[in-house]
Amino acid sequence: REREGARDITNMSQQAANGVPCRGKVLTLDNMNPNVRRVEYAVRGAIVQRAGQIEKELKEGVKKPFTEVIKANIGDAHAMGQKPISFLRQVLALCSYPELLEDNKFPEDAKHRARRILEACGGHSIGAYSASQGIECVRQDVARYIEKRDGGIPSNPDNIYLSTGASDAIVTMLKLLVCGEGRDRTGVMISIPQYPLYSAALADLGAVQISYYLDEDKCWSLDVAELKRAVDAARQHCNPRVLCIINPGNPTGQVQSRQCIEDVIRFAKEEHLFLMADEVYQDNVYAEGCKFHSFKKVLFEMGPAYSSTVEMASFHSTSKCYMGECGFRGGYMEVINMDPEVKAQLTKLVSVRLCPPVPGQALLDLVVNPPQPDEPSYNTFMKERTAVLAALAEKARLTEQIFNEVPGVTCNPVQGAMYTFPRIALPQKAIDKAKEEGQVPDMFYCMRLLEEEGICLVPGSGFGQREGTFHFRMTILPPTEKLKIVLQKISDFHVRFTQEFS
Amino acid sequence: MAVVLPCVRGAIIPQSFQSQTLSQPLSSLSATRRGLPKEKMSENGVLSRAKVLTIDTMNPTVKKVEYAVRGPIVLRAVELERELSEGMKKPFSEVIKANIGDAHAMGQQPITFFRQVLALCSYPELLNDSTFPEDAKSRARRILQSCGGNSMGSYTASQGIDSVRQDVARYIERRDGGVPCDPDDIYLTTGASDGIVTMLKLLVCGEGATRTGVMISIPQYPLYSAALAELGAVQINYYLNEEKCWSMDISELQRALDEARRHCNPRALCVINPGNPTGQVQSRQCIEDVIRFAANERLLLMADEVYQDNVYAEGCQFHSFKKVLFEMGPEYSDTVELVSFHSTSKCYMGECGFRGGYMEIINMDDEVKAQLTKLVSVRLCPPVPGQALMDLVVNPPQPGEPSHDNFIKERTATLSALAEKAKLTEQVLNTIQGISCNPVQGAMYSFPRITIPEKAIQEAMDKGQEPDMFYCMKMLEETGICLVPGSGFGQTDGTYHFRMTILPPTDKLTILLNKVKEFHQKFTQQYS
Repeated sequence: REREGARDITNMSQQAANGVPCRGKVLTLDNMNPNVRRVEYAVRGAIVQRAGQIEKELKEGVKKPFTEVIKANIGDAHAMGQKPISFLRQVLALCSYPELLEDNKFPEDAKHRARRILEACGGHSIGAYSASQGIECVRQDVARYIEKRDGGIPSNPDNIYLSTGASDAIVTMLKLLVCGEGRDRTGVMISIPQYPLYSAALADLGAVQISYYLDEDKCWSLDVAELKRAVDAARQHCNPRVLCIINPGNPTGQVQSRQCIEDVIRFAKEEHLFLMADEVYQDNVYAEGCKFHSFKKVLFEMGPAYSSTVEMASFHSTSKCYMGECGFRGGYMEVINMDPEVKAQLTKLVSVRLCPPVPGQALLDLVVNPPQPDEPSYNTFMKERTAVLAALAEKARLTEQIFNEVPGVTCNPVQGAMYTFPRIALPQKAIDKAKEEGQVPDMFYCMRLLEEEGICLVPGSGFGQREGTFHFRMTILPPTEKLKIVLQKISDFHVRFTQEFS
Repeated sequence: MAVVLPCVRGAIIPQSFQSQTLSQPLSSLSATRRGLPKEKMSENGVLSRAKVLTIDTMNPTVKKVEYAVRGPIVLRAVELERELSEGMKKPFSEVIKANIGDAHAMGQQPITFFRQVLALCSYPELLNDSTFPEDAKSRARRILQSCGGNSMGSYTASQGIDSVRQDVARYIERRDGGVPCDPDDIYLTTGASDGIVTMLKLLVCGEGATRTGVMISIPQYPLYSAALAELGAVQINYYLNEEKCWSMDISELQRALDEARRHCNPRALCVINPGNPTGQVQSRQCIEDVIRFAANERLLLMADEVYQDNVYAEGCQFHSFKKVLFEMGPEYSDTVELVSFHSTSKCYMGECGFRGGYMEIINMDDEVKAQLTKLVSVRLCPPVPGQALMDLVVNPPQPGEPSHDNFIKERTATLSALAEKAKLTEQVLNTIQGISCNPVQGAMYSFPRITIPEKAIQEAMDKGQEPDMFYCMKMLEETGICLVPGSGFGQTDGTYHFRMTILPPTDKLTILLNKVKEFHQKFTQQYS
């Protein structure tokens, strides 16, 4: 490397001497950041790019066996037709254009919230920067929300950091944690299948990814023995310091039992791991008998031996649940038992980016502090919220049911979140054909589905899966009638595909 | 349970130690560095472990990050505000945060048209409201139609909404007198900061003497030094010439580069024009020289042009790097790799909270561009309200549209007030003995040089503070005025400065400048 550098330097001084500009680019694939090159993010990967192309082709009048592309690759509720919650949008309109506060078309509670948010903004404008950690009164509301959710366990607004979607906070926490070189390099445990933000961030940071496998046969549950296996194996070549959990699961849709969460916390303590709990789907629990338990609540119920020692960060967002407000990039994290010096470093680090988008902060405030029973917007709010969640529950059931009727497709119950991650049996001939084309077999499958039916899914390989098994992730978000059509089309395709390669 | 656990731990730790001892040389066996459980006794005699994440075991590059614009002085300002609200007596009744270019916080009113469209986009039921002008409604409809499900709540393409990128491209073409711009070269961002950090991240590689070096001006906007520290890139300082109104000098660039080549691999040159914190506006000739320098020395150019509408001084004009590049002919315009950044936060809009922005990439390698597109996709998309706002900035009301007159009136009022405040600031500061201030040709700040008496420097050093930090802290405590010390931006050794925004309303700014004057005189006397 040093020799290369020396050569580089000679090159440059020669150019400088004769003044002729060099023809090669300064920045090429070979001399760009190698970590960035290693980043992969399947949710918006090759298949989604192809879907975009097909949409353009359709618009240009190219004939296809379908009339529209259905993007079931991403949990993007509004894009799938879900309507925004009126109250949230009323307040945002009021905050954007405060002249509307004089308008009697808006309910009083919406105006009241808008005034409160504006008063907390510099110059009473959402165009001012906020504190880098987020607007103080929003952080207070978040803390109260967490306390209510967790049955009174205290939450300190100083431990709340608002963020640009949950992704931003997750990357920031990982960044804070990564250090060491070689065998000392920080290792981070993530589930397989995982949400690829994690693997992408770890690649970007040059951290070591430690994979632990969820048990597909037990409804994608988490098994502490598997965690132990993974951490022990990893200790041979890196320094495991972090355990990431997604609950409810993405892409797998499982909802963790209270017992399981307790076991995980105990494991994290014993193995001296920092816990990162991705809880952005906390309102998305559909299955009978399942309930969302926050890691924080369970941690505190385990008593001070745990609650005063285990370091944890929990993440939430405005993008999922019943809101589905992805475009606003609102979110927060709560840090627990974080070393005060490290916390100061975190505060410094987030200050470089100035502040999370203020409309997203305002939206988050409304999510954690929605209309109350005695307020004028309460009934409409509850009606809209319940309708969204009930429809999702129905679609979760429907999806599982229809997929399980297809020979060669097995689908765990969608207990929560917004996705199904069914296992698909691929004929050997198809696997061979995919390999011939240099594709992962489930990518080959999903590409075919996209070309033939206009349905855009993400292959399981983008999330990770056990060797030799194949899956895809599909959102359950399309409106029920459309979802039925999508499920039918996929079922038909699967049968056709299986026949073709048998 | 609390009693049992230490035993459980006790059983585990030696095991993991053993497994290491077997496969690792003894010299590398540092429990702390490995982040392994460090045991210590707590008062009840129970073994308790150190935290997983401590100042010693966190990311060392994050520790090196510094960002003075929101540093200790601002933290103290916030404390003072709280103390005031709790009724504590202070020699002032309010804290004036002149540390940051935050126009709305300083009382600037948002542009009506922008906010009308944003309200319509947020709550489309208002499209039926007759009180909104038709042009605002048609913009809102157009933006919503390009959002998934006609909602700002949907994710957009990671590069940004197609139609917004098209509007940005047309804006750039208009601005640059017809030099073509391809919407595929536009990436919408979360404020300009996000674009800048992303580009730097893309660039950084190598180790030791081949590690990427990035040239930044001194004084600089500390986002650059912070990003470089975090990425572990080498910062290469080139000094602006304070005597020549903070102008940029090619021989200084050459000096800095030649020195840096001995220990790193310089690959990028960052320029802020109009300057932050220094307020200079670069001449066309200077830009041409810089471009030629970058071409000769094989540097990627990063042009931070977020203050492009903020030009006040007689005879100064904003020239975009792209325009000059293309006017220099294909020898340059086909080869020099350039990235230019813009934002919704500055100019006449001052909409910082929305985190809107874009970058245009020119002559970027196709494979690298694909990598950039992939990289930004991980963060899904920039905030959609910020994208919508960006669209309005690059495509404002046109003559003949109902909102045009009012828009122009508001825009002109803001920009002419800024021009007046730029003059006022320079004028008043230059009346103070021991302060000299270059003309604020553009941007939003003055960066005057201050003479600090030797005794004050001594006292600062005794306290372990930079002398200008000591000065600014004192000013904050005595007057409630929050400035950023020059050391946060970098300055020639032995010189001292502060950065102050010119954003407060004129009457308030006058009071503020007079308070600075009084303070400086008192301070100078006290330490003479």
